[in-house]
Amino acid sequence: MSEQIAVSRATMRLQGQLRNIAPFLTLLLLVAFFSIASDSFLSFGNLQNILTQISVTGIIAVGLTFVILCAEIDLSVASIANATGIVVAWFTVQDPSVTIANVPLPGWAAIILALAVCVALGAVNAFGLTRIGIPSFIMTLAMLQIAAGICALLVRGQIAYAVPPLIATLGSRSIGPVPWIVIVTAMFLLAGHVVLTYTRFGRYVYMTGGNREAAEYSGVNVRAILSVVMIISAVCSGVAGMLGVAYFGSAQQNEFDTYLLDSISAVVVGGTSLFGGQGGIGNTIIGLFVLGVLNNGLDHVNIDSFLKILIRGLILLVALVINVYAQRIRGAAGGTG
Amino acid sequence: MPDPIAPEVIALSGVTKSFGGVTALRGVDFSLAAGEIHGLVGENGAGKSTLMKIIAGVHTGYLGEMRIDRQPVHFASPRDARAAGIGMVHQELAIMPDLSVAENVHMGALPLRKSGLLDWPGMRRGAAEHLANLGIDIDPRTRMGDLPLGLQQLVEIARVLFSGARIIILDEPTSALAPPEVERLFSVLRRLRDAGRSIIFISHFLDDVLAICDRVTVFRNGHAIATEPCPRINKRWIIDRMIGAGHEALEETYLTGITLRSKPDAPVVLQVEHLDRPGTYQDVSLRARAGEVLGIYGFLGSGQLELAHTLFGRLRASRGRIALDGKPVRLASTTQARRAGIAFLPESRRMMLFGSEPVFKNVTISILDRIGRVWLRPRVERKIAADHAARLRIRPPDVQRALRTLSGGNQQKVALAKWLTHLPRVLVLSEPTRGMDVGAKDDVTKIVRGLVRQDIAVIVVSAEPETILSLADRILVMKKGRIVREFADERVSKDRLLEAS
Repeated sequence: MSEQIAVSRATMRLQGQLRNIAPFLTLLLLVAFFSIASDSFLSFGNLQNILTQISVTGIIAVGLTFVILCAEIDLSVASIANATGIVVAWFTVQDPSVTIANVPLPGWAAIILALAVCVALGAVNAFGLTRIGIPSFIMTLAMLQIAAGICALLVRGQIAYAVPPLIATLGSRSIGPVPWIVIVTAMFLLAGHVVLTYTRFGRYVYMTGGNREAAEYSGVNVRAILSVVMIISAVCSGVAGMLGVAYFGSAQQNEFDTYLLDSISAVVVGGTSLFGGQGGIGNTIIGLFVLGVLNNGLDHVNIDSFLKILIRGLILLVALVINVYAQRIRGAAGGTG
Repeated sequence: MPDPIAPEVIALSGVTKSFGGVTALRGVDFSLAAGEIHGLVGENGAGKSTLMKIIAGVHTGYLGEMRIDRQPVHFASPRDARAAGIGMVHQELAIMPDLSVAENVHMGALPLRKSGLLDWPGMRRGAAEHLANLGIDIDPRTRMGDLPLGLQQLVEIARVLFSGARIIILDEPTSALAPPEVERLFSVLRRLRDAGRSIIFISHFLDDVLAICDRVTVFRNGHAIATEPCPRINKRWIIDRMIGAGHEALEETYLTGITLRSKPDAPVVLQVEHLDRPGTYQDVSLRARAGEVLGIYGFLGSGQLELAHTLFGRLRASRGRIALDGKPVRLASTTQARRAGIAFLPESRRMMLFGSEPVFKNVTISILDRIGRVWLRPRVERKIAADHAARLRIRPPDVQRALRTLSGGNQQKVALAKWLTHLPRVLVLSEPTRGMDVGAKDDVTKIVRGLVRQDIAVIVVSAEPETILSLADRILVMKKGRIVREFADERVSKDRLLEAS
């Protein structure tokens, strides 16, 4: 009898951990597969590649993790990254061949102004969501367009190359064998984890996502939490955008477009619940590696490059199925709640 | 008056229905005549709704026999009941607020043209005609949600009739209606009765029941206690039968009455003046005193729940003033209310608990800012939660368990514990003992009593007379959004409470 209870409790715990275990197993499987299928996949150099490749996505994904934990979404992350990257270039002295009517400023001023822009865009998202009551899906869809519009107006179809020296260093140089951008990403992930796990604000984020009504009836200022979360998301995107411009070596329209899907995928594939309240930065790190290994590994095996897109779509679908399934198991195991 | 030889349209005999081990109906006989308005009264849980759900085909497994037009029937689904001409209008109307009145009336059988497209002109004409027949004058193009509640209800009745019902069950139709709206509803019902339709009228509002019904059946503990023609009975007669004689000891005290002891000299903690929220409550003024439990009693939909939510900043009043310790306060959000020193326990546990989070996080969510400004201190949190678990006898006492693994009564105690670490000035409890077993109810009563001794003001809002009587020192009765009666320093019993509401 008691043995039965122990067994069922163990099963329950295992089911409860499904959202954490499934992505991790996926990652191990992918690594194992590519290691066998390709000679060049498993090497230190390639690990460095993968880390660098997931860095820009990683910084955006930190902010998105906050947003998705609150059961909201931010579709404007890539656009805000693009706009912030272009703003920082617009305030930097460009080569005479670049004919945009920009305003060169000292590097620090350019960076501060660029950060101010992404904070402002995030604040507009926050205002629309919490004060006007526009669902985040629609609000950030509008912001996606607005930020893209800012990009278009500033560069007018041109390409800018120069960014402030600090940004250039962090985005495109290395310290020893480790690229700076990887270090910055690691710091963002660490900071995100610390805030979510060890601070009062982080607790409020989880509680707001877990049961918004209950958070409100407990006297939590849900609007303020959601507002801060939208701004965090925009700032992460902005930093990713600035470093991304340095990493790519250019600032132009639409250069971040793929990062919207990549960053959402990373968070969700990692197992953070789309319904809010479950998951965290740890999940996002696994999600980033799953996507990074997949993208990178598919280049190392002989595969139709057009098939890659389909495979990524399928992996995302499987992750979504697991995500919803894990939620349902929790609900069923709960009874009342 | 129904014709004494009017044929029975529905006859139930010996109907018994149990849920698990609980018997909800015991050998109930019930009959409904053609052209009759039949009132159904009884306390919550007396069996009225179970019987109606059997008639409406919702509950299919029962003992006993049901006949419609003298033919034995056994509905397998609500669809069968509808096909037999039975329509139900629920207290929460099943309307489509964004569609027009015409569409609402035709919902379920929208008229089509030969081409398969909707016949809009036909639909409007049909609806207008149908509404006019009932004596309802509404433009069928009006958006349903723009109508006042009373008219929405009439349209809903029209819809049920239009779909072919000749027996209509109305559940608490007057609870949210103002007197003129009630009168309009009654005139429609009389017209229907005179046209030979039969109506079952379920209500807590005994005055309304007596005003419109031809016969009344009283339910108590799953029995149909008595059925009498209306002219022969009055409110007193109904209440006596609803409550009955011979109960368990605890109930006895509420029947014979308890003596309230208010504290008129204690300082006023919360003062509410002329609070208005259109459609829910009007001109509410009250004072809650330190060390006193103020009970606010009213039937569901009387506005007392909304009032409680307003006091915690979750709903806004359109007019009126609230003062705490003599100083006016603005309660625009729950955070402001919490900071001002108001605590609230909503009627549904789901509304304030986090099922998948551990118990201790549920307990400390409302006081995190007092434990640490920036950083969490889980050890302190667990200690606080464990103290409460011990004090409130929360079972099991393991505060790291996920909350949803606890029983309902223990979850409710966790919800209470949230507000006990730093005592509020005012504690508002909405239906604090709903769905609890006797032991857990007793625990809650003791906890509340203990709190009052520490000089906070407690406000208990409930639609259950027992809850109010077991906790309150002073009682306000709300009826259709207004405070209609105050009981203080006098004997009050369940029937006096019912009579006042």
